[in-house]
Amino acid sequence: MKLVKNIAIALTAAVGLAGASFAAGAAKHPMQLEWSFEGPFGQFDMQSAQRGWQVYKQVCSNCHSLKYFHFRNLADLGYEEDMIKAWAAEYTVIDGVDDAGDPKERPGLPQDVFPAPFPNPEAAAASNGGAVPPDLSLMSKARHDGPNYIYSLLTGYEDAPADHEMPAGKSYNPYFPGGAISMAPPLAEGVVDYEDGTAATAEQMSKDVVMFLTYVAEPKLVDRHHMGLKVLMFLGILTIVLYLSMKKIWKPIKSGRNVYEDK
Amino acid sequence: MSTINETIEAEDGATRRDFLHVAAAGMAGVGAVMAAWPFIDQMNPAADTLALASVEVDLSAIGVGEAVIIKWRGKPVFVRHRTEAEIEAARAVPMDVLVDKQPDAERVQEGHAEWLVVLGVCTHLGCVPLGTKEGDDRGDFGGWFCPCHGSHYDTAGRIRKGPAPKNLEVPTYAFVNDTTLQIG
Amino acid sequence: MAEWNAAKPKNAVAAWVEERLPILSLVNNVVGVDTPTPRNLNYWWNFGSLAGLMLVVQIISGVVLAMHYTPHTSLAFDSVERIMRDVNYGWLIRYMHANGASFFFIAVYTHIFRGLYYGSYKAPRELLWMLGVVIFLLMMATAFMGYVLPWGQMSFWGATVITNLFSAIPVVGESIVTLLWGGFSVDNPTLNRFFSLHYLLPFVIAGVVILHLWAKKISDSGNPLGIDVKSNADQIPFHPFYTIKDAFGAGVFFFVFAAFIFYMPNVLGHPDNYIPADPMVTPASIVPEWYFLPFYAILRSITFDIGIPFTDIVFIPAKLLGVLAMFASILVWLFLPWLDTSKVRSGKFRPTFRWFFLFLVIDMFVLTVVGGKKPEGIWPLVGLIGTAYYFAYFLVILPLLGKIEKTLPLPESIANPVVKAAE
Repeated sequence: MKLVKNIAIALTAAVGLAGASFAAGAAKHPMQLEWSFEGPFGQFDMQSAQRGWQVYKQVCSNCHSLKYFHFRNLADLGYEEDMIKAWAAEYTVIDGVDDAGDPKERPGLPQDVFPAPFPNPEAAAASNGGAVPPDLSLMSKARHDGPNYIYSLLTGYEDAPADHEMPAGKSYNPYFPGGAISMAPPLAEGVVDYEDGTAATAEQMSKDVVMFLTYVAEPKLVDRHHMGLKVLMFLGILTIVLYLSMKKIWKPIKSGRNVYEDK
Repeated sequence: MSTINETIEAEDGATRRDFLHVAAAGMAGVGAVMAAWPFIDQMNPAADTLALASVEVDLSAIGVGEAVIIKWRGKPVFVRHRTEAEIEAARAVPMDVLVDKQPDAERVQEGHAEWLVVLGVCTHLGCVPLGTKEGDDRGDFGGWFCPCHGSHYDTAGRIRKGPAPKNLEVPTYAFVNDTTLQIG
Repeated sequence: MAEWNAAKPKNAVAAWVEERLPILSLVNNVVGVDTPTPRNLNYWWNFGSLAGLMLVVQIISGVVLAMHYTPHTSLAFDSVERIMRDVNYGWLIRYMHANGASFFFIAVYTHIFRGLYYGSYKAPRELLWMLGVVIFLLMMATAFMGYVLPWGQMSFWGATVITNLFSAIPVVGESIVTLLWGGFSVDNPTLNRFFSLHYLLPFVIAGVVILHLWAKKISDSGNPLGIDVKSNADQIPFHPFYTIKDAFGAGVFFFVFAAFIFYMPNVLGHPDNYIPADPMVTPASIVPEWYFLPFYAILRSITFDIGIPFTDIVFIPAKLLGVLAMFASILVWLFLPWLDTSKVRSGKFRPTFRWFFLFLVIDMFVLTVVGGKKPEGIWPLVGLIGTAYYFAYFLVILPLLGKIEKTLPLPESIANPVVKAAE
């Protein structure tokens, strides 16, 4: 499988897709980390994803929406239903209108989408110096080398080089196309108090949030890997049997038999 | 040329029934059947549809003798706050006059006899019976009346007259507390 | 020329049906026991049936996706995400369809280049070939419109750029673009009609495929030696010999296809298409899907006007010329049966042709690379040279080469070399 993957990567590179999509703004190539979800047996690290959820909930969700993520999805990360209900109930959602025609509010339920911090992009821009914080649901797939990109971006803030002019209110980040990003460094050490006691370093939080966001972007990844193994094994055996069957059927032809006239 | 078929059959007869070819055809067939399943299962309710499978109803707003329609799984559910007289009427009906024999006590929850919860779908052909709103025709038995083909239901939602074969269905529901009902 | 044989089924029900609607005969005569086929077809001949299988995969998965997809600008992206997250096996079906497009093109490109090498377009198979070109054009239109449907950034901007090609047409160009859009930009009416046509065209393709197979029956399959069938000894029935060979080929092909679906479903796609369409922001680089890149490179390679030198008089502006070149690069295939003047079909016996053909294959890969690069530095020049060779191959090399090339002696019959090899 590694071989097939390598061939495919080589092919795509040859076809120029990999190079082409990366031409933007000459950003620094992301750091390369090892992730548990990579490879044919890849799975999500549940502990890490749960911590990532905590980071998202306490930090990221102040500015970034997660519009394809429902509270019920938390069951996939190993949470109990009671806990999910309790978390959902912490939020107020608008559901339809009351008898007077005004928006009706109720506590959140597991089937609800995680509420967005701003009601619309205009409000988001107004609160964030004109830049709309993007939705994070698909971030891990919507950037080239997504997981590494997110990790690099979160941990890669540094002082701008002397010759790099920075607009007001922007931070320098070499991994961001153009270098000037509107988001201030979000993950200072200890900004989150991990429930499981893990030390909340910036690197640890970044890794965890990548694990969580990759789950949100591709929730069926583990199913996909499991099913793929079965399908490939089946197709492999089937192909071998078909090959042997073919050899047998073709044997007389290979020895020069005329099907129409020879007896 | 039609003899070719037979020629091959005859001469390769043994080969054709060879275990190898049977295995190949069999495996391909099994593979095709297995591959069909995702294409069929995709038509079943999706995860978001299933997640919406329960709704909560605030009972404090429904006065005695009143009823409301709640949308549950895309279908109407009647929640009726029955009067003492209506309960009495439902309990007094002898079993042998019923089409779909079921005592009133089995159609409500113990200790909550005043609350009748039924699916608002006529068991004949799926219309929504009248009788929930004030002023509606409640039929000959004071329950519901289906205008499509004239089925009459009593105050326990049981079919009494007309073409419908069964009583109005009672969905799964539970009282979360005295004033909150959860359907589904 | 092919003869038609009536099937005589032993089963009573089959015989009853056959008498009234000879459907069994139809299958038997095109891909069955009553289809005499050259005995020497190599594995390059597998790709026709593979393309057919991929068409079936695309139609089935596509019809199923349409049960969940919503063709509206404000809902399309969300409905695709719902398919990926909530619909039972939705992720599988969508990845199958998205990667299926790529594998359909892999099969068809291989099938086309097999034809180019073995001279499959030459008499008496001109119409068979031309129907194939029609299928390819329909496929390109279908794939393009399908890529617009998820309504991501690449969908939107791909649609904008490609529909704008028509604005190069003199006088009526702008009106045509407005007509295509149904408005003043790519918007909801555009998405709706693309969905409608994306659903329709595959069935048109299926219809042309039937004509393609019919033409194959009438003119018989070609073969790697390029010589005509002379006797029964040269042939074998399609079934079971080529059905089992096609089945084996399908096993290998689907294995690779499945590896992509399950382990690298997004490798052939573009990350920007996971960003919802935004008509206000163009992505940093717009790249078509890989299967369009050679033609995209030809489009962009023309950066000069045609006019009277050293004056401002322009006959054909660069934009129009590029568009013409792109369409011509495919339409030229329609004239191929008459452009290639060689009497010998197979490249096997044309020593000089083989080199030019090899260069054409390399040229296609080079153009694919160029199509994916930003038009900067050396790439426009490489693209121009690649485009020049592409047209030279069809318009200059093939017509001249057929007249001057010294071909190798052809074998006596198909059966002979095969028999010799086996002994």
